[in-house]
Amino acid sequence: MTMDEQQRREGGGGFAWSQRAGRAARNRWLPQGRRGPMPWIIAIMMFLSTLAGGAGLALSNALERMHGELAGGQTAQIVEADAARRADQVRRVAAMLRADKAVRMVRIIPEEALAAQLEPWIGADAGADDLPIPALIDFELAPGTTPATLKAIAMRAKAMAPSVRIDSHELYLGPVERLMRLLMWLAAGVMALMILTTGAVVTIAARSAHTTHRGTIDIMHLLGATDVQIARLFQRRMALDALFGGALGLGAASVLLWLAGRFIAATDAELTQMIALPWRLAVLLPLIPIFGTLLAMLTARITVRHALERAL
Amino acid sequence: MDGQTLHRGRSSTDMSAIIEFENIGLRYGADAEVLSDISFSLSTGGFYFLTGASGAGKTSLLKLLYLAQRPSRGVLKLFGEDVVMMPRSRLPGFRRRIGVVFQDFRLVPHLSAYDNVALPLRLAGLDEREISGPVEEMLGWVGLGDRSGALPDSLSGGEQQRIAIARAVIGRPDILVADEPTGNVDADMAKRLLGLFEALNRLGTTIVIATHDLPLIGMIPHGQMMRLDRGRLIDPTGSLRFPPDKRPALIQGLALGKPG
Repeated sequence: MTMDEQQRREGGGGFAWSQRAGRAARNRWLPQGRRGPMPWIIAIMMFLSTLAGGAGLALSNALERMHGELAGGQTAQIVEADAARRADQVRRVAAMLRADKAVRMVRIIPEEALAAQLEPWIGADAGADDLPIPALIDFELAPGTTPATLKAIAMRAKAMAPSVRIDSHELYLGPVERLMRLLMWLAAGVMALMILTTGAVVTIAARSAHTTHRGTIDIMHLLGATDVQIARLFQRRMALDALFGGALGLGAASVLLWLAGRFIAATDAELTQMIALPWRLAVLLPLIPIFGTLLAMLTARITVRHALERAL
Repeated sequence: MDGQTLHRGRSSTDMSAIIEFENIGLRYGADAEVLSDISFSLSTGGFYFLTGASGAGKTSLLKLLYLAQRPSRGVLKLFGEDVVMMPRSRLPGFRRRIGVVFQDFRLVPHLSAYDNVALPLRLAGLDEREISGPVEEMLGWVGLGDRSGALPDSLSGGEQQRIAIARAVIGRPDILVADEPTGNVDADMAKRLLGLFEALNRLGTTIVIATHDLPLIGMIPHGQMMRLDRGRLIDPTGSLRFPPDKRPALIQGLALGKPG
């Protein structure tokens, strides 16, 4: 005998008991017990959706950072074999850049740093007098700087250092940015497909459950049950399956995303390190299973009501 | 049975005719009509028997009555409203006013006897505190007070039938439709159940019972009879021609296998 039955027999319990007992009784209208593969299928869907969502958000964050850091970024490269002349040209070009209102940051890359970067390719001799390396000046244009201003700056630099070449960071990182943008949209597409598939799976499951419980539904109909009362039973069942599957999928995907984040952080490469999922974006991930649950409920409701409309 | 057991507030109608059939025909798919040109009206608070040989169309006629089926043609009015053209969203409200004892009981197999009996009240949205007393009283009435937790599969046919009857009357319906309600119970229980129907009838419920059980019909002196034969009422005018004073001869005729 259940506690509710015990209380019922003893005539005890108040409003809360009555409410709880009523809910429990209504929940029994469809058979309880094994739920089949539905929660697990939803778990897989939610796992993949969360992964895709996480990847999309991380890429979107990386793009935002990349855009912020690279926007206006330029490098002036001075190729001059004579070290003294090269140093003089660097000094003059840097001074000209610092004096320009359109330039908000100028940084001369130390020769040692360049030598260190080249060492793996050309050995410890990098930077030696007999093996000169170009001098680099990173500078950043103020927002809203026009191409004409940049062209004027380049011409002035050319007058000071004839061999100077100015490269925009966006120029060589453009393909990377485009690739990341493509991957971001791919992730969004995968997520949208997963959500559509979840809807389709729930539709099939709701139809199948409706067919399985047809006998019970017919009896309830003849006793005066409304379509809404019956649809609510399936809606609740599907919501529980989706909640379970969603929590499981979210948990597994979160662990995987965290591990992936650790691996990316360990790459020691500035570009890949940009692909990170900060907390402000990570907290959005639970919205995916929540949305999945709402979608499952709505789909189950619509499917069952549609099926019921075919009966008298 | 007292008002506490059948506690749901009645919405009895003052109309004299609670059920009206006008030239009703029913066919399933493209098959021939199983009911043809059925016309009759039943009065509020009446007690009616529907007889006829197997396959005469009794169950089909009852299905029309408890709104499991819409007729293929004709006009069917319940509580003064045409239910043939009625939108299906309004049907649950009508069904809640009709108690049904199905020939095959149609208990919900995974619900206990208690929950099966309570089902109409829960569907009607009654609070659990208003449900437990009447359900237990009703279970006691049908002699199954000690089997309230039993699942239908663990009950005998007779016990299942009694649960089905308890479920049909628990909401104190305006119309009670019963298809062979005493087919699986012994004579004593049949008498007891008939007493239950009579009590309900005294409270104003219109009773329609399809049965082959002639002694059962004889037990209700004020009951009236309709007889179906191959989908048609024996009396083509549709009026009920078998009032109590003519019933003994009719019953004798039925027993001898003669048409009424």
